[in-house]
Amino acid sequence: MSVAAPAISFSPGAKLRRAFADSGVMAWRYLMHYIRQPDLLFFSTVQPIMFVLLFNYVFGGAIGQSLVPGVDYADFLIPGILIQTVAFASSTPAVSMAKDKQEGIADRFRSLPMARSAVLSGRVLADTVYMAYTVLLLILIGFVIGFRFQGSFGEAALGFLLAVLFGVALLWISILIGLSVKNVETAQLAGFIWLFPLTFASSAFVPVETLPEGLRQFAEWNPVTIFVDAVRGLWLGPVDYQDIWLSIAWAVALTVIFAPLGVWKYRRA
Amino acid sequence: MPDAVVAEGLKKRFGETQALDGVHLSVPEGSIRGLLGPNGSGKTTTVRVLATLLRPDSGTAKIAGYDVMKDSDRVRAAIGLSGQFSATDGNLTGRENLRMVGRLYQLGRAEAKRRADELLERLELEYAADRPARTYSGGMNRRLDLAAAIIGRAPVLFLDEPTTGLDPVSRRQIWELVRSLVDEGTTLLLTTQYLEEADQLADEITVIDHGRVIAEGTANELKSRVGGNALELRLCDPATHDEALRILTTIAPDARAILDDRDVTGTIEVPLGEDTELIAAAIHSLHEHQVAIEDVNVRRPSLDDVFLTLTGRKAEPDATPDEQEEEAIR
Repeated sequence: MSVAAPAISFSPGAKLRRAFADSGVMAWRYLMHYIRQPDLLFFSTVQPIMFVLLFNYVFGGAIGQSLVPGVDYADFLIPGILIQTVAFASSTPAVSMAKDKQEGIADRFRSLPMARSAVLSGRVLADTVYMAYTVLLLILIGFVIGFRFQGSFGEAALGFLLAVLFGVALLWISILIGLSVKNVETAQLAGFIWLFPLTFASSAFVPVETLPEGLRQFAEWNPVTIFVDAVRGLWLGPVDYQDIWLSIAWAVALTVIFAPLGVWKYRRA
Repeated sequence: MPDAVVAEGLKKRFGETQALDGVHLSVPEGSIRGLLGPNGSGKTTTVRVLATLLRPDSGTAKIAGYDVMKDSDRVRAAIGLSGQFSATDGNLTGRENLRMVGRLYQLGRAEAKRRADELLERLELEYAADRPARTYSGGMNRRLDLAAAIIGRAPVLFLDEPTTGLDPVSRRQIWELVRSLVDEGTTLLLTTQYLEEADQLADEITVIDHGRVIAEGTANELKSRVGGNALELRLCDPATHDEALRILTTIAPDARAILDDRDVTGTIEVPLGEDTELIAAAIHSLHEHQVAIEDVNVRRPSLDDVFLTLTGRKAEPDATPDEQEEEAIR
């Protein structure tokens, strides 16, 4: 007696439907990881709150001096910390990819008749939701310490979208790191460490003009600066369209370079 | 009956190590094949190639008629895999794990739910179904992993050392389950370093060493290669030993004394081959000469003997799983 193999269609249409359905299943899985680890969610929520409070009350006095007169440090700080927070949040997939590989569940997914793309696209989908949550949370903390939008609702919303977009573009780098390292511990460090120079050597916390030669030029070209300036313009005015277009270009460029690399790495890993 | 699993000349090299050195394998549909070998012999690598997880350097393999390299999508729809390490998601409950894998086997939402409930009951995991899998014991996790491997009703199942590291009770549970699965017509390829496991479960055994198949056959066929059964006679009085040996050599020239730990002889072994008549004849002639027998035992060669004969080494199960070696070589 033979057991009939499950009937699965391999037509291009069926494959496409499968890519969407499987991405949904995987996105659900990764979202559950956030929900089922409340301690992790707690600390990743506390971290941006801590940064906001530390920077505003510890450095606010000193750095506030070097700002354009009339600009409040809380207003200046929130877009900067926002971009830093989404950048840090983008490091989650590095650990998750390495963990899946280490625990053998990555092999299970590879042996299933699912769309191969779904593991990565599900990861990105879930993290897009998480990015949006983080950005909202940060705006809320901002309101508590005195941050206010100066522009229209549309401008506020566009700033929100840009912040999420930056985080999502960085996810692909994080995925690539997670697929490349040998274990979870390395992924934890490797996924995180490069984000420190990137976010601190920028306009996130201080005006770029105050940085020494060399570092200043780096900061001016740093995508973090461009995103921070774009969001600052949208939220505090004046709106800088060049920064907005440049940041979208950066997000597209990062995705175009690192998404195929991530997919390639996943296929051959 | 057609072969559900066919491998021809599989070769795979990791750095300096030739993990597979031309593996040939064919497993008839609906049968259980034990892939037996010590650590690093190439068992896991073979399974990884057959499960589309690893590309061989050369050679071909077909699962349910589909080529593992050219038609890997269709192969994946036909296989279930349970590896050496439980590939379950600790953050999800047992039920959620199974539903997720069911959905990824492209079962409908309702069907995935129904199958998950059915398997949780069958594997006696119902009581823990809504607890995160990270709270499960080793045995529970292996059962959950096995359930995930069979939820899609894949006709070909690969179990890579399904009971390594389990306690005897859990091991028996897994064996029971494996037996009931194959009753339903599943083809099973089972790797193991436990000779007893292969003996208990497999219809036929493929012995693999250094990436090559070194023997194949039923457990009995393999055992008869090392000389078949032997009759062991323990005498009541060691003083009668010489006389007993003299009597027995007249009917079985190969009869010989066996020394025990303290070099005292009290037992005589009579090789039987296929001649079972010899059992009665040996006992009868000793009885006629009034040599008292304390114990009679027909000893079948174990698969340990088989392995020793074939490779000149003992097949000692080692604590390190196969894959770690592979990992270290990469």
